[in-house]
Amino acid sequence: MSGSLLFDAIIFLAGAIICVSLAKRLGLSSVIGYLMAGVLIGPYVFGFIGEEGEDIMHFAEFGVVVMLFLIGLEIEPKNFWNMRKSILGMGGIQVALTVAFTYLFFAVLGFQWQVALTVGMAVALSSTAIALQTIKEKGLMNTTFGSSAFSILLFQDIIVIFMIGALPLLSNTSEGTDTDAAHGSETLIESLPIGLQTLAIILSVAIIVLAGRYVVVPMLRKVAKTGVRELLIAAAFLIVFGISYLMEFVGLSPALGAFLGGVVLSTSEFKHELESTLEPFKNLLLGLFFMAVGASINFVVIANSPLTIGGILLAIIVIKALVLFITGRIFKLKLDQNVLLTFSLAQVGEFAFVLLSFAFQLNILEQEQMDMMLVVTAVSMSLTPILAVLNERLILPKIGTKESIKRPMDHIAKSQKVILVGFGHFGSTVGRFLRSHGVEATILDFDSNRVDFLRKMGFEVYYGDATRLDLLESAGIAEAKLLICATNKVSVAKAISKIVKEKYPHVELMVRTKNRYDAYELLNRDVHNIYRETLDTSLTLASDALSKLGFRKYTLNRQVQNFIKYDEASLRRLASQPKLDDDYIFKARKELEQQEKLLENDFRRGIVAYDNHWDSEHIKQQLEKSKEA
Amino acid sequence: MKKVLILFAHPKFEKSRVNATLIERLKDKAHVTFHDLYEAYPNFHINVQHEQELLLQHDIVIWHHPLYWYSSPAILKQWKDLVLEFNWAYGPKGNVLQNKTVFNVITAGGSREVYCSEGYNVFTINEFLRPFEQTANLCGMHYLPPFAVMGTHNLSDEHLLHYANQYEQLIDVLQGDFDAKHISKCFFLNDLEILTV
Repeated sequence: MSGSLLFDAIIFLAGAIICVSLAKRLGLSSVIGYLMAGVLIGPYVFGFIGEEGEDIMHFAEFGVVVMLFLIGLEIEPKNFWNMRKSILGMGGIQVALTVAFTYLFFAVLGFQWQVALTVGMAVALSSTAIALQTIKEKGLMNTTFGSSAFSILLFQDIIVIFMIGALPLLSNTSEGTDTDAAHGSETLIESLPIGLQTLAIILSVAIIVLAGRYVVVPMLRKVAKTGVRELLIAAAFLIVFGISYLMEFVGLSPALGAFLGGVVLSTSEFKHELESTLEPFKNLLLGLFFMAVGASINFVVIANSPLTIGGILLAIIVIKALVLFITGRIFKLKLDQNVLLTFSLAQVGEFAFVLLSFAFQLNILEQEQMDMMLVVTAVSMSLTPILAVLNERLILPKIGTKESIKRPMDHIAKSQKVILVGFGHFGSTVGRFLRSHGVEATILDFDSNRVDFLRKMGFEVYYGDATRLDLLESAGIAEAKLLICATNKVSVAKAISKIVKEKYPHVELMVRTKNRYDAYELLNRDVHNIYRETLDTSLTLASDALSKLGFRKYTLNRQVQNFIKYDEASLRRLASQPKLDDDYIFKARKELEQQEKLLENDFRRGIVAYDNHWDSEHIKQQLEKSKEA
Repeated sequence: MKKVLILFAHPKFEKSRVNATLIERLKDKAHVTFHDLYEAYPNFHINVQHEQELLLQHDIVIWHHPLYWYSSPAILKQWKDLVLEFNWAYGPKGNVLQNKTVFNVITAGGSREVYCSEGYNVFTINEFLRPFEQTANLCGMHYLPPFAVMGTHNLSDEHLLHYANQYEQLIDVLQGDFDAKHISKCFFLNDLEILTV
């Protein structure tokens, strides 16, 4: 049934659309849908996808590459530092215990110690793709469970680099070189003597870090200056393809390289732009990846030794779950949070594919052992969403209410509560003041030169067009409490308030406007927090001028407040009038007349005559009047 | 020569004939610092360090204010709350104000007669000023009875001038050598026999 490329595409897309929408309708995670689709179209059910399944897997791994690049983007070195305890602690304990238990289990079964250790390492790694996708889909990223899971996954993402580095040391040197020659392998790492392989890994990591900083960022700046949006998409993919190529050339997992590249670029101003560009592609590619996982489940291997595989699968899941539960206990997770953690990370992840096949190349594992472990991995991944559903429907309801308490703000998974659009003179003042109160706003600005400059001054500024919904979304609008629009472009302010009012009505908008007329429009769009740049400053100046002429400052201060109150009220009255027809003009004229009258009154009575507070002469007059009466 | 700090608090000084006259001659008097709190801090954002330095530089402090609702205008309370810090003005280590002299100069619309147990304000001015007295005590300062300008609603220009002269003379007396114990026995500083005007 291996048809043309178009036919394959139709099969995959149709499978995805049917199964995922079905899964969603049943209230299940989209991951289940993709996996089911994979099983259905795979060689053992309908057989649409046969031998080419492996190629598709290879292509679909690109989804994981893009995802790890995106995850890397979210992890700034600074946030890393804030999370160090939970990453090192939870991750370290989880990995160490899982490796130890799995090693013991396989050693007891009579496997060679190298095999047992390799399998232990592979098993310790959970599936970032499945776990994170599920957590994000359910919006649990900010819960204790979400951030704990993220910490552990992160540690695994890092430790896997060292695992891959350590694998060559496990292989028998002479045997290894023999088979390498026999394989006729072309990757750089395998052509090197064992000792140099570790060096090659370290070198390629260094290349990514340096190239990210000194090649990619300058390139992105050039691209940004052209103002052609699709060039940025091209650039984003160029980066990911470039890293993947380099890693494959060296013989490492492209996913790891992409992750590193992401971390390197996470401090650049293009973070959000890259995120929103790659996000849709990532989701689709990940879907493809899950389908490939489903299709790759080798039912023949299962059929040959169902009991062995079932037993190993069960043992591994139990070991992983147990270790996760202990880890959660040590870090004092509440029971329901801990159970969520236990079930969401109990699978063997996609890194296992990488580790296992690398170990096979190094002659540590035999073909049979690898096949078996690959099946266990694929099945355990497929089971995760099902386990999660069981947990959600059967276990969680019995152990109490769901915890919705969020972790403290100094956390990487924190949602930035404030989004600040526009970082010119106005916005930067706002940002500085917020920052002085420990509120780090997510800042969006469209001027890449300014972004560059401000970043040198130590501000966290990102580059992007804030009127794009996807950019706002990657900046975290869904979790934001406030959106401050400090741009001087009224059109931008209007566009943003329109989008946010429509899509995220819970976000409170605070908008800078130039003058009354812009304020009217925004008021009519139901934006209430309007800050006219011409109001406060002009009154401060006027009040200082009067002070220099001898007026008392405290009285002026009170009058300025009165004036602002009066002016805001009149602004709101006028805004409610329909605009640009005769009636509006009539009302506006009437309002002006009224203002003129009031000003005249002020003048006649003297500005301080607004109120008679603390005026003993006034009291005296009143007393005399009452005496006369 | 002792240095005098007048902490003046009037939210609408521009409308106060009485205080304008009282202050007129003191503004530029030698060794007297006139400090207009509402003008200096129209937003009530008091510069604590500056205020503390001022206190250290002076020997006699005067809280000069109209009597509003049997107390001072709000900014003077704000001033006390912020400036008289723990372990600076009071507390185990707060001793910098010790042995300085402090008293109130007040202007009040009601006459002296209404401020007594038989009058409609029931309590005396001195009783109403107890929080100031105890503030001074806690800071180890010598608190003197108030100098009071009463019945300002019906005060003739002539009388007012008399008060202004007395106020200036009082400052002259205090700047020289005076017996704090003797002085603190009177009801109002206005009653001191040394004030000859």
